[in-house]
Amino acid sequence: MPSIYVDHAATTPLSPAAFKAITSQLQELGNPSSLHTHGRATRKALEDAREAIAQQVSCLPSEVIFTASGTEANNIALKGLWWNGKAHGKKVVVISAVEHHAILDPAHWLETHEGAEVIQVPVDVHGVINLDFLKDLITKRSEEIAVISIMHSNNETGVIQPIQEVVAMAGKIPVHTDAVQSFKKVPLSYKDLGVTALTLSAHKVGGPLGIGALILRRAYEIPALLHGGGQEREIRSGTLNAPSIVAFSAAATEKYPSNEVQTLRDNFIKALHQEIPDAYVNGEASQRLPGIVNVTFPGTQSDTLLLLLDNAHVSASTGSACSAGVHEASHVLLAMGHTEATAQSSLRFSFGAASTQADVDFVMSVLPDVISTGRAAHLK
Amino acid sequence: MKLIAAMSGGVDSAVAAARAVEAGHEVIGVHLALAANPQKYRSGARGCCTIEDSHDARRAADVIGIPFYIWDMAEEFHDGVVEDFLAEYSAGRTPNPCLRCNEKIKFAAVLDRARAMGYDGVVTGHYARTEIGPRGKTLHRAVDHSKDQSYVLSVLTIEQINGAIFPLGDTTKVDIRAEAERRGLAVAQKPDSHDICFVPSGDNAGWLRDRLGSEVGPIVDQDGNKIGEHKGAYTYTIGQRKGLGLTVPTADGSPRFVLKIEPVSNTVVVGAREDLAITTMRGERPVWCGPAVTSEHKRGFVQVRAHGAALPCTYFFDGTLLVATLDEPLLGLATGQAMVIYDGDRVVGSATICETQ
Repeated sequence: MPSIYVDHAATTPLSPAAFKAITSQLQELGNPSSLHTHGRATRKALEDAREAIAQQVSCLPSEVIFTASGTEANNIALKGLWWNGKAHGKKVVVISAVEHHAILDPAHWLETHEGAEVIQVPVDVHGVINLDFLKDLITKRSEEIAVISIMHSNNETGVIQPIQEVVAMAGKIPVHTDAVQSFKKVPLSYKDLGVTALTLSAHKVGGPLGIGALILRRAYEIPALLHGGGQEREIRSGTLNAPSIVAFSAAATEKYPSNEVQTLRDNFIKALHQEIPDAYVNGEASQRLPGIVNVTFPGTQSDTLLLLLDNAHVSASTGSACSAGVHEASHVLLAMGHTEATAQSSLRFSFGAASTQADVDFVMSVLPDVISTGRAAHLK
Repeated sequence: MKLIAAMSGGVDSAVAAARAVEAGHEVIGVHLALAANPQKYRSGARGCCTIEDSHDARRAADVIGIPFYIWDMAEEFHDGVVEDFLAEYSAGRTPNPCLRCNEKIKFAAVLDRARAMGYDGVVTGHYARTEIGPRGKTLHRAVDHSKDQSYVLSVLTIEQINGAIFPLGDTTKVDIRAEAERRGLAVAQKPDSHDICFVPSGDNAGWLRDRLGSEVGPIVDQDGNKIGEHKGAYTYTIGQRKGLGLTVPTADGSPRFVLKIEPVSNTVVVGAREDLAITTMRGERPVWCGPAVTSEHKRGFVQVRAHGAALPCTYFFDGTLLVATLDEPLLGLATGQAMVIYDGDRVVGSATICETQ
């Protein structure tokens, strides 16, 4: 039997519209940078897509820089904004303690290779950043901070961060936000947030893998990571991936059923509390994305649970990074006050546009047994 | 049966998993991550549990068509195998970590977890056989004696043997490689691993020195006369002749051998070749792989090294120690090694050598 998919935060099915767009564009000849008829036709399709995506996130089309992934967009933003700051003697990078590795690791790289000072803003037990800490930091060291990067919502817990408050505190310091998980799931306006840069990824919203975008304020110059043909404002070179971009746009312009997804999530949580009373939802008291639930099952080990769930035809995840295939204790949960043991007893279930109540029911039909077997295995 | 195939990323465990699937079992592949900080790549035949190995294991599982997972056993491995290895060397004994790994990890931690999760047993690529007979399930040598690994499995209790499946025991290594090739497994020609997996450099003495220090101590003859100095007694093994760096020659110019390592006084005792000879060995912490050995004296064979010869002997259990008396004297036997008793090809049991004479 096919497995039930509850890992939509990892990637979600390609939407039919995106599938149609990519297959159709793949049959069109023309490098969008070419000046002839073929090139212009591809460019037209690509710029239509750029405008559509810009409209979805309330930015100018010229502010959209296409990249090959959200990770690449994060790298361009964090490193580029930091190098800009460094040119003016600013060496501090401020990030949250719960960032995705696509921000954590470039920040760490800047620290070890470029002489940056990385400061992590802690989060409370609910997973929300400590604004007082940030305010205090900005008050004391405003002149030294090159860039602040705080994710819009967390990929493991779905907890949404107060980005507007961050921007208000930041003053002239550029703020970047990784909005990969938030896009389409909750209202997201580049203009209203007032950030300098914002990251998007297509495959989290029903677009294809391998395409993302950095929204970067118009006329804002930052050093490039990839040098070459100068496409995308000389910030990101490389032949534009027109088929993926038009598919990204097709997916981005579809309606995401936030209310329906949230209802499924809430039904799942309700059933979970009934069936497995000692399980608890991380960040439950916070504002969260509609589709992500991060649950701790005390006395278990997440890798065992994943194996048992997979065997019971449920595809879930820990949501945290792997090192050599070994699940590390989630830095997100540790930052929220978990111990190594409880962090290692946690799973992420994430629902998407295609999820149904039958999915929730199926997961709940196997989960109690999986948890009790997992507990027995953990005692061994 | 529902089985867990322990897949190291090598050719043997890959073919073992494939054979278990073919035999009709429901199999999932599990790679054990044993190193806390794995290296990215293997260097030649050395080391294991690199990221490349886990990739190879995953690839083999995908080709075979079974689910694949990685289990983090680094902590259990460190506590049960690496720490034991260091403790044994510091006590002047020569341990065999592969035995400890089978005893404490593969057929203990893994088998226990597998059983708790509803699985019936663990499949490995060890070269050994099991037979079901009137005495229950028994452990035997592999058909390919040159690859036989029954020695390192001799620490398994009957309960553990009952949960162990060794699909390769009836085949030679050459044929296993050919079979891997036929099955489209990319690891068909991957070099065998040698040495100790957690000493990737292969420099055992250097690895021990880094961890146990290199405290200088005396090398003495059997009369206690100091005739040289060593840099860490544990880097020597019983029977060792080379690398002693002795400046005082023997009267007749005959070579000297390491006879004894005394960790408390940090002394290495050397002497003549004939002084290495022993005829009786005693082993502690015995494990019976079948019916228990009793005080009755029985004829059989004892093996004291992983790929050593099977030596004819008389053996019995004195209530505390397993005792074996050899027909012919043996030169240079280190304590800490396992003594494994065979009845023909059947593994009777084993113990850790604590005394020789």
